[in-house]
Amino acid sequence: MSILVDRSTRVVVQGITGREGAFHAARCKEYGTIIVGGVTPGKGGTTHEGFPVWNTVAEAVASEGANCALIFVPPAAAADAIMEAAAAAVPLVVCITEGIPVGDLVKAKHFLAGTSSRLIGANCPGVITPEQAKIGIMPGHIHRAGPVGVVSRSGTLTYEVVGQLTGRSIGQSTCVGIGGDPVNGTSFVDVLRLFNDDPETRAIMMIGEIGGTAEEEAAAFVKAKVKKPIVAFICGQTAPPGRRMGHAGAIIAGGKGTAAEKMKALEDAGATLVRSPADMGATMAKVIGR
Amino acid sequence: MKIHEYQAKALLREFGVPVPRGEVATTPADAKAAAARLGGRVVVKAQVHAGGRGKAGGIKVADDAEGAERAARQILGMRLKSPQTPPGGIEVRSVLVEEASAVARELYLSITLDRARATHVVMASEAGGMDIEEVAARTPDKIIRQWAHPALGIQDFQARRLAYGLGLAGAQFKQAVALIRGLFALYLARDASLAEVNPLVVTKEGRVLALDAKLNFDDNALWRHPAIVALRDVNEEDPLDVEASKYNLNYIKLDGNVGCMVNGAGLAMATMDIVKLAGGEPANFLDVGGGASPEQIENAFRILSSDPSVKAVFINVFGGILRCDRLAAGVIAAIRNLGLRLPVVVRMEGTNVELGRQMLAESGLALTNAADMGDGAKKAVALARG
Repeated sequence: MSILVDRSTRVVVQGITGREGAFHAARCKEYGTIIVGGVTPGKGGTTHEGFPVWNTVAEAVASEGANCALIFVPPAAAADAIMEAAAAAVPLVVCITEGIPVGDLVKAKHFLAGTSSRLIGANCPGVITPEQAKIGIMPGHIHRAGPVGVVSRSGTLTYEVVGQLTGRSIGQSTCVGIGGDPVNGTSFVDVLRLFNDDPETRAIMMIGEIGGTAEEEAAAFVKAKVKKPIVAFICGQTAPPGRRMGHAGAIIAGGKGTAAEKMKALEDAGATLVRSPADMGATMAKVIGR
Repeated sequence: MKIHEYQAKALLREFGVPVPRGEVATTPADAKAAAARLGGRVVVKAQVHAGGRGKAGGIKVADDAEGAERAARQILGMRLKSPQTPPGGIEVRSVLVEEASAVARELYLSITLDRARATHVVMASEAGGMDIEEVAARTPDKIIRQWAHPALGIQDFQARRLAYGLGLAGAQFKQAVALIRGLFALYLARDASLAEVNPLVVTKEGRVLALDAKLNFDDNALWRHPAIVALRDVNEEDPLDVEASKYNLNYIKLDGNVGCMVNGAGLAMATMDIVKLAGGEPANFLDVGGGASPEQIENAFRILSSDPSVKAVFINVFGGILRCDRLAAGVIAAIRNLGLRLPVVVRMEGTNVELGRQMLAESGLALTNAADMGDGAKKAVALARG
């Protein structure tokens, strides 16, 4: 088993006629993901690089039973795309777009709260269940199916940990990038709950970063509910306060959101903390007895 | 993005938030003329993107126009150093000359994003003029919070709660309610990430006004606010940061000697961490992004290596969208075109890594290869030591 996505997930790509959308739709399809087609307003009824295109998400749902939306729409229209997918009752909405105004995300998140849709991201690499479905921009070939659930706020740092795990023949159940923005659709706690309930996830690798309190909330949840072993790494241990470290959400503001606080909270909750990003895979190997 | 106090106050005025009368000046003569027009006692305030100006000697009171001229002569051109500035300080290029206010009470008001609740929060406190983080740490009950509805914003009853909480009554209460609504309207309309009035004052004449004002804006929303972008003052930023922003590179200069070039913000932060763990100090944060072109890689290399404190460069790339062959092409072009003599350690993994490695090997350049990021950090730190 796995969480969120598997080989039966039917994906519609919003923004499929854009450069990124078209490129990654093809890569996801190559990996084995069911891509039913895409949406670009004004280009409905055409095909783009072999994919059928609709004007609206609702049409893709009605005609192909799409149950996942993958969004590559530019930042100015991305929040609208998220809301359109939710209004079409798409259960899982994965938004890759980076650079969405935070005010737009506040509104989109509120809009989603009144629907049955779950948003992953924005500003994230997506979700992959290895050897079943890749719904995002991560390099598929570095993944293997296996027992470790991975959840992260970062993109390439997630590839790094997956590379280290696969290099030790430790596969992954599902890898979820929850995104680097200050407001996101799905939190660490949400994903930890799913991994905790997934019988095939035996251990969890969590990658946090400076800024906000999402890791502290995760620590409280881990302490109360999670019975599976957790290995955690927090990046930004050396980041200066007051500077936004690339991700809009990665900023130490008012002395809050430091790596040290987050590491302590997770350690107190029983997680195994990794000090060096070079040791993430090795630490997991030790924890699960490989 | 940050702006100056005088620019923030102009925006406040536009949204009906009362501020003292004032004018910006760049020479002592202009400051004198401004003070003469304002009449009476004035305050001359250094305009820099940092707090702690008062203690640093950047704010002076003058009794008349001549006094304002003298104060401006002292402040203009000084390198203002406070805990919030870089160690060398920031050169003061302009001053705000403002009518002096007779302050009866100092209060605090701010609006920002509450990440945990995913909406905007208005905070007010009777402990104005102080460092609000200290107030929050020592006496958290002295801060009143009202969370905006994500779609409907702040309602009148919430503004009233805040004003009552500040202990205001009568005419001052009404002024404060209007002021809170005005500030929130500005915050939303211009996509601010922080709107802070500290202190918010009640004058002896019974007026409520914003004696100081700080506005920061969401960088992701600047495309819809050209008038805000026009307020950017690049003199306040590190020249290398400014140069990097021209090429959409995420670069932040730091104090160490190991230059880092990485794709992705998380991996870039982790690379800084591992350099430190290897006993070195990172010279910068640099995220070249997901889809960097060889030209962008070359520009990144040029910016990074133009920092004279950089003694070695550590390239750490996990190719996803950014393919290793494109990275290699950019690195080779950069080293050749810049005639770079610095030692360079390369760690590459991911998409097209074999091709990338082959290109670097065949380039004939003296590069040091690293097996993984731990190995790369150790080698780069050793080379930086010389």
